[in-house]
Amino acid sequence: MDAVLVLLLFVLVLSIFLGVELISKVPSILHTPLMSGANAISGITIVGAILTSRGENIESELSFALGMVAVFFATVNVVGGYLVTNRMLGMFKKK
Amino acid sequence: MEILNTIFSEATNKALVNVVYILASVLFIFGLKMLGSPETARKGNLVSAMGMLIAVVVTLLDQSIIDYKWIFVGLVLGSLVGVIAAMKVKMTAMPEMVAIFNGFGGIASLLVGSAEYLLSAQHNIGILIPIFLTVVIGGLTFTGSLIAYGKLSGTITGNPVIYKGQQWINGILMVALLFLGIEMIALQGLLITMDWQILIAAVALSFLLGVLIVMPIGGADMPVVIALLNSYSGLAACAAGFVILNNVLIVAGALVGASGLILTNIMCKAMNRSLANVLFSGFGSVISVGGSSTEQQGEVRPINVADAYLILEAASSVVIVPGYGMAVAQAQHSVRELGELLEENGSEVQYAIHPVAGRMPGHMNVLLAEANVSYDQLMEPDDINPTIETTDVCLVIGANDVVNPAAREDPQSPIYGMPIINVDKAKTTFVLKRSMAPGFAGIENPLFFKPNTRMLFGDAKDSITSLVSEFKT
Repeated sequence: MDAVLVLLLFVLVLSIFLGVELISKVPSILHTPLMSGANAISGITIVGAILTSRGENIESELSFALGMVAVFFATVNVVGGYLVTNRMLGMFKKK
Repeated sequence: MEILNTIFSEATNKALVNVVYILASVLFIFGLKMLGSPETARKGNLVSAMGMLIAVVVTLLDQSIIDYKWIFVGLVLGSLVGVIAAMKVKMTAMPEMVAIFNGFGGIASLLVGSAEYLLSAQHNIGILIPIFLTVVIGGLTFTGSLIAYGKLSGTITGNPVIYKGQQWINGILMVALLFLGIEMIALQGLLITMDWQILIAAVALSFLLGVLIVMPIGGADMPVVIALLNSYSGLAACAAGFVILNNVLIVAGALVGASGLILTNIMCKAMNRSLANVLFSGFGSVISVGGSSTEQQGEVRPINVADAYLILEAASSVVIVPGYGMAVAQAQHSVRELGELLEENGSEVQYAIHPVAGRMPGHMNVLLAEANVSYDQLMEPDDINPTIETTDVCLVIGANDVVNPAAREDPQSPIYGMPIINVDKAKTTFVLKRSMAPGFAGIENPLFFKPNTRMLFGDAKDSITSLVSEFKT
């Protein structure tokens, strides 16, 4: 295995532990917004989708097309996810 | 000019992009942390959105991108669909909305993995393993979420779909996927000659797996599935990060994967069941036979609205326990109105919300927040149970299994051991229910036969509205 991969695996393991620490204390009233907010974050795959149009890739038309469809779906996930979470959280009020 | 060239050389550009990715990851982490408290949650969501925005912008600045036209087409169309969907969706339809967005994240990761696979000429194992995982996890997230969407929106049956040999078929499918993985990663086209053929086979099998995993799961178990699919969509993005060796995908994907798993775990604990039991048992399809509870039925004591009003009017503390039935009857606004009238009348009003009430984690909280209930009135079972004996009236609205005392008393009950809201210990409990039909799990509820329980039959919304008008006259 090369060094980059090992480093990324290291990042992965730390992130999982961090994620567990961050979420385990969320009160149950916020479970839905948490889920839909996290769901929006999973749209980060949009970065990968955009990068499928890198110079060296453009020769393969099929994979370019797949990448662009991915951009569409990931954008729906990101934009819709954040907006709907924002809408929900706007309703949580204290009197 | 020399200096400018060095500053904007490809290497510095790459380093800069990665620094911004680190910043984006930090914003995601802060955003998630802030989502943990109602005061900061909205800001947290914005912080996390900022992280996403800078990650996208800096990616677009990548010098090796050649064609922007189609990227912008995708971004604009996707934003349009996202905005319209997010603005138009009703709060009651939130579970299916979350499910479908999840699915979109999954399919996007699958497509990224597929695109990279068709490009990767060198066939390096370090890349092929994450490509395979991206395609499989992304694929089953996609179809699994679509089935969940169908079940939640009522397009397909919410009942568990069980057939003989189900485990075998799933098992065979898993083995087939495993073989395909070995073919794709290690053998590299020994059996199937073309790359795209392997890819299509992997996509097809993972699509099928997603459908078969979610079909047997019944309506009331949906919170677990939604949380689990949420986790998968993160893991798919994370795997995609290993395909393109990109740190922000890995960090963000792992955070979502971890959060989804924790939610899944919370949901399972709230039902006192293991994840395997939720996924494979088709709970609720088998109506339990025998058991002492079915025999020891007593008398059901119905009550009418006028009498219920008199008791509520005299109550100094009221606990409202909502369930999925409240969502079905769209009764949340009437419930809030009743709660306010009770408070004006001098009662202390609290809402006791079980973690698995409804069809997704936190479902009842969102509905009541929409109806303008102050969030400090929304309590968890652990907050309510210690003082429930002193509560004058518990109002059970469309909840059943989460208030079933058999979970505490009857070791033979399928839900024995599940933490419940102990409404049977309150001084008086009103159960609002259409009929005597058992709840989702098909389990008799001894609560209905307790001496301090009164059944208020009818549509939940109608009953609540009638109570409200009693208070107003």
